[in-house]
Amino acid sequence: MTATLRIAEGHSPAPKSEVGHSVQVKDLDLQFGAVKVLNDLNLDIGEGEFLVLLGPSGCGKSTLLNCIAGLLEPTDGQIWIKGQNVTWKEPNERGIGMVFQSYALYPQMTVEGNLSFGLKNARMPKDEIRRRVARAAEILQIEPLLQRKPGALSGGQRQRVAIGRALVRDVDVFLFDEPLSNLDAKLRADLRVEIKRLHQQLRNTMIYVTHDQVEAMTLADRIAIMKGGVIMQLGTPDEIYNRPQSLYVADFIGSPSMNFITGHLEGGTFKAGGMSGGVVLPMEGYRFATPQVGDRPAVIGIRPEHVITGELVASAPVTHEVTVELVEPMGSDTLVWAQVAGERFRIRMDGQARVAPGDRLPIGIDPSRASLFDKKTEDRL
Amino acid sequence: MAEFSTNPATLGASRMDDGPRGPRPRRVLSSTNIMLYGTLIIVALYYLLPLYVMIVTSLKDMTEIRMGNVFSPPVEVTFQPWVKAWAEACTGVNCDGLSRGFWNSVRILIPSVLLSITIALISGYTLSKWKFKGSEIFFAILIVGAFIPYQVMLYPIVILLRDSGIGISNAINTVWLPVCETFGGECRRVRVQLFGSLSGLVIVHSIFGMPILTLLFRNYFASIPEELFKAARVDGAGFWGILFRIMLPMSLPILVVAIILQVTGIWNDFLFGVVYTRAEAYPMTVQLNNIVNSVQGIKEYNVNMAATLLTGLVPLTIYFVSGKLFVRGIAAGAVKG
Ligand SMILES: Nc1ncnc2c1ncn2[C@@H]1O[C@H](COP(=O)(O)OP(=O)(O)OP(=O)(O)O)[C@@H](O)[C@H]1O
Ligand SMILES: [Mg+2]
Repeated sequence: MTATLRIAEGHSPAPKSEVGHSVQVKDLDLQFGAVKVLNDLNLDIGEGEFLVLLGPSGCGKSTLLNCIAGLLEPTDGQIWIKGQNVTWKEPNERGIGMVFQSYALYPQMTVEGNLSFGLKNARMPKDEIRRRVARAAEILQIEPLLQRKPGALSGGQRQRVAIGRALVRDVDVFLFDEPLSNLDAKLRADLRVEIKRLHQQLRNTMIYVTHDQVEAMTLADRIAIMKGGVIMQLGTPDEIYNRPQSLYVADFIGSPSMNFITGHLEGGTFKAGGMSGGVVLPMEGYRFATPQVGDRPAVIGIRPEHVITGELVASAPVTHEVTVELVEPMGSDTLVWAQVAGERFRIRMDGQARVAPGDRLPIGIDPSRASLFDKKTEDRL
Repeated sequence: MAEFSTNPATLGASRMDDGPRGPRPRRVLSSTNIMLYGTLIIVALYYLLPLYVMIVTSLKDMTEIRMGNVFSPPVEVTFQPWVKAWAEACTGVNCDGLSRGFWNSVRILIPSVLLSITIALISGYTLSKWKFKGSEIFFAILIVGAFIPYQVMLYPIVILLRDSGIGISNAINTVWLPVCETFGGECRRVRVQLFGSLSGLVIVHSIFGMPILTLLFRNYFASIPEELFKAARVDGAGFWGILFRIMLPMSLPILVVAIILQVTGIWNDFLFGVVYTRAEAYPMTVQLNNIVNSVQGIKEYNVNMAATLLTGLVPLTIYFVSGKLFVRGIAAGAVKG
């Protein structure tokens, strides 16, 4: 139903029905001297998709983005955009717009000058430039600011202008490199929603780098979790959250992070802790990644928010009792620290729950919502 | 309980008594201040005294100077020494004063400053934002150049200028003479002379200005965020577009520093002027020396003082006009290495 909204009128949007590839990264290698930053990286991003690159600092997210933008020359491999090999093309010839963490607005130009700089470089007619700038300013609600210099804008306004600069160029692909991380929490939440709205309006392909899990989960169609220049898992937020493919991803996603208990998988039952305080979890209802998983050392991961407490414990598949060690009230909910099978165990409870250190707390665990990993390979079982 | 009393009287009193509040009072005439400012004033006087003597002497006539009293103000103010220094003093065969040297210096200064700053600006920009394979080595070599004493290079540059002048002349003539002859007419060999001419000196100044200016610009541009540069590339600006539209408008402070460095450096240069030019092309400093150190006749101290002051006027003006900008620019350039 939603009419696709484009900055350039009379310039019909590319047919979205052809669910084609928008950006393809093929066998990409990038080295800085002897340091391998990206390693045989492959990525296929669909038309109109919102892809989030998530990973720890230094894992190569910005480097990948810069390669896609053409700001860095790959050591090997190809970049394709809209079915064209753009590996040797200049950044402005690739049909991409980029938004940077530090805004990177041209300090000596007004907001209008900033927005029109790219268009002037492309030798676009004056009235077309004016129309596009006006349109972008309207979408981003920065019309009153057009004659100001960037120095006279707040952080949020600057970032809007930076987005506008990509917007006026009417590009197929938007690249965002941590656009919101210089903003305060409130503004970040506001702009996050605006970016999501923008994506729904424009239906461009967007590649978005962030450190922030909430941003990743809320914005993404798919998330790519990176580590050391390699994509560990690529999937929908739901898959990433509920079915992490490796111990690393499971640990990385979720806040507070997942509880891990090391033990053994024996005949479809996970056992840990041996004597006292041990747990036995029959893995009925758990969707194994491969049928016929043999006995082996394993790690089970249980999210703090998936631990059942209160009256529902009685109906839980597995029940256990722990001693409360530490309580962290966080307003909307309360985090309880305890031990299960000799390992740290966090439990997320309702904010209204009344618990104190030393209390005995019955908990319930549903193995079907847990994640089971091979201890050696750290892959999902 | 006493200290939490709500009695307004005690409350007011406690406000008075609860110790220091607000800015700490400072005594203007503390011993530190007297020492500090006393020293500063003495040092300032020490440096200003020669200037005072020069001005005073230049305004006296010779009879008054012969009476001694170096520090006394002129009894009768005369501007004759200034006129003489500017327009009449003799150096060698020319008796047109410093004015000739002044205009020579101007003709050396303007192209040298423009050329050296332009080259250094572009190299500094390239070395910081468009790094190429080996650009760091290139930069290192350039900087090493700054540490080689001038004296070592004096004579090699003489040869370089002389021979390249001849080389350029020959190159032009091999093309020009045949062309000229085919169209008939009187054809004379073109002669490019670098050694002993103003253009040669301009080239020398530009070369010697390179290391320090390139370093200055490179460091300044390195302090401009990389992302700004990337954004401009995504916006389709190329090498020159980014330089002129993005970088240059942000570089005013460092340009001022470069201009001041070059103007004063080139204006005050004596060595290159005396080595690489001929008498009629001598810059002002060389001419000043020739006036002051002339052995014939009596020493006209007032003319010498006036001539010296005239020569120093250009750098002095530059400092007065742009002192503040200079300091700001130096600070901006020093941010990142
Ligand atoms: N110009 C360079 N020369 C050498 N190494 C570099 C260069 N740029 C980046 N690196 C290295 O490449 C790796 C990846 O850097 P990159 O900037 O892509 O990380 P990132 O994932 O964006 O991190 P962050 O989240 O902190 O921005 C880092 O280890 C970094 O040290
Ligand atoms: Mg980064």
